[in-house]
Amino acid sequence: MAEIRFEKIEKSFGNVTVIRELDLAIGEGEFFTFVGPSGCGKSTILNMIAGLERADRGRIFFDDTMVNDLSPGDRDVAMVFQSYALYPHMTVRENLAFPLRIRKTCKETMNREVDQIAALLGLEELLSRKPGQLSGGQRQRVALGRAIIRRPKVFLMDEPLSNLDARLRVEMRAELKKLRRELGITIVYVTHDQEEALSLSDRIAVLESGRIRQCGTALDLYLRPADIFVAGFIGTPPMNVVRGTVREKSPLVIDCNGRIISPLTENSPPKSDVLVGIRPDDLAVSHEQEKGSFRVTVSEIEPAGPFNWVDVIWNGVPVRGAARRDEGLVPGEKVYAVFAPENVLVFDAESGNRT
Amino acid sequence: MRKTLFYSVLLLVVGYCCGPYLWQLITSLKPDGELTALPPVFPERVTFSHYVSIFRESRFFRIILNSAAVASVTTVLSIVIGSLAAFGLAKLNLRRKGVILGFVLSVSMFPPIATVCPLYLVIRALGLRDTWWGLVLTYTTFSLPLSIWTLTGFFARIPDEIYLAARVDGCSPFQALCRIMLPVAAPGVFTAAILVFIFAWNEFLFALTLTSTTASRTVPVAIALFPGLHEIPWGDIAAASVVVTVPLLALVFLFQRRIVEGLTAGAVKG
Repeated sequence: MAEIRFEKIEKSFGNVTVIRELDLAIGEGEFFTFVGPSGCGKSTILNMIAGLERADRGRIFFDDTMVNDLSPGDRDVAMVFQSYALYPHMTVRENLAFPLRIRKTCKETMNREVDQIAALLGLEELLSRKPGQLSGGQRQRVALGRAIIRRPKVFLMDEPLSNLDARLRVEMRAELKKLRRELGITIVYVTHDQEEALSLSDRIAVLESGRIRQCGTALDLYLRPADIFVAGFIGTPPMNVVRGTVREKSPLVIDCNGRIISPLTENSPPKSDVLVGIRPDDLAVSHEQEKGSFRVTVSEIEPAGPFNWVDVIWNGVPVRGAARRDEGLVPGEKVYAVFAPENVLVFDAESGNRT
Repeated sequence: MRKTLFYSVLLLVVGYCCGPYLWQLITSLKPDGELTALPPVFPERVTFSHYVSIFRESRFFRIILNSAAVASVTTVLSIVIGSLAAFGLAKLNLRRKGVILGFVLSVSMFPPIATVCPLYLVIRALGLRDTWWGLVLTYTTFSLPLSIWTLTGFFARIPDEIYLAARVDGCSPFQALCRIMLPVAAPGVFTAAILVFIFAWNEFLFALTLTSTTASRTVPVAIALFPGLHEIPWGDIAAASVVVTVPLLALVFLFQRRIVEGLTAGAVKG
């Protein structure tokens, strides 16, 4: 276990700056996730922790040791790759034992450790097989086993679940959580799937073009996104964003696409042009008119199981809301929508920051 | 109908490839009097006298030994150097990889006859004329483009993540090459090795120029020098040709599956 600290880390490839001024501390035993769209630099951060990529500037510490100049083998990290990266010419047993063999562990210890890990991950029956004879989930498990077998200080995972089918992914998520509880190691995880990030991590950093937009717990990011990018990235389906104009500053009154609301904000917006964020699950669409509801036209219905997502047009602006399954909405129908003003988020239109 | 066509084309191609070799084989088994008879049909009376005659002289053993030693050492050197270079080109952060590969390739573009004179002077200056090492040095140089290109292709096809995983698991780059890259690229290594071996085994021009006695003379040169002042011993030439083709055939058949794997790797998703 170790704390990982970045001090002013910068990295570019050619003329492209991938990471700018990264300052961050990942706590001992923490499950920390980097999320962001592809190309945001999240894998580069992982590779720099592993020592596969050198930082151009800045320092990386494991506890009090600066690791910039250590080779990957000397950093005591383990990594799970998206493609699993098992050694195809070795059996499962040899794959699991490889990190120990390279470190010249004695044979008995090695066999004992392999058997122990195999039992932990349910791989006992597969030890003599080659990776080519395994299913995706089994390969994933072998990759996990190979990573945890030497109890590394830091455990790095680069989109480890994204090659699995949906059901297996949910299963492996649960397994990861269990493993993590049993081993208590520092895990740094990279994914583009925000749902995965929310369900697994203690803390999440949202990256965009090499910069951390926000870093916090899953709930923080969901309820109090720092800016419009984080708000749009976290939560499925993505938040509706509607243009609004400030009518009065205190108390705040906003004309939001024709509907006058008084949302609760921490600060008052600096300019009169704002963006109002409404989560689709907060926007209820139905046939009934009630206090504060407004007219919308149904354009599309997408069943989600317990309820339906409904795409509607509100004064010319397309937004998404939720409707009860038995509401019986039909595309083209004119119905009512309503949201609670206290649940909306208000962003400055120019900077995108939340107010 | 379709099948007949297929098999007749197949037969034609096989006949085209094997025809000359079969002709040699038949010639080697004919008594001297029938050697030049056309068409080259199987003789009524089979004789092994040509085989006996080439092996009666101990020189021929020495010459086969020369060829085997030169070709094997060349193969080992070329694969060792080639795989180090190819590994660097395929997996390490090098700049101008394309330029380096192009430069390597350009070495093999010179017609051998254009390089043979300066090469002779160099080898003589090094005191390696008429030695195994003179040939090994030359062959290794000229086979390196082949092995570097073949192996670079094979290493590049191994996903980067496998190499990175080995590094994180604690391998130095060299350990990763020996323990992971080479075994995974084994079909490619076999392919490159066989191609280099065949090149070194068959090479004629340099061998003719750089050797002068049986101390280092290789098989192709020795066979070419069979003809005496007054007669050309076609039967002996044929017998010798058949004999020296056998090791190549044996190698190829032995590693047939590996080579086919190697030559077609990546052609279809496995």
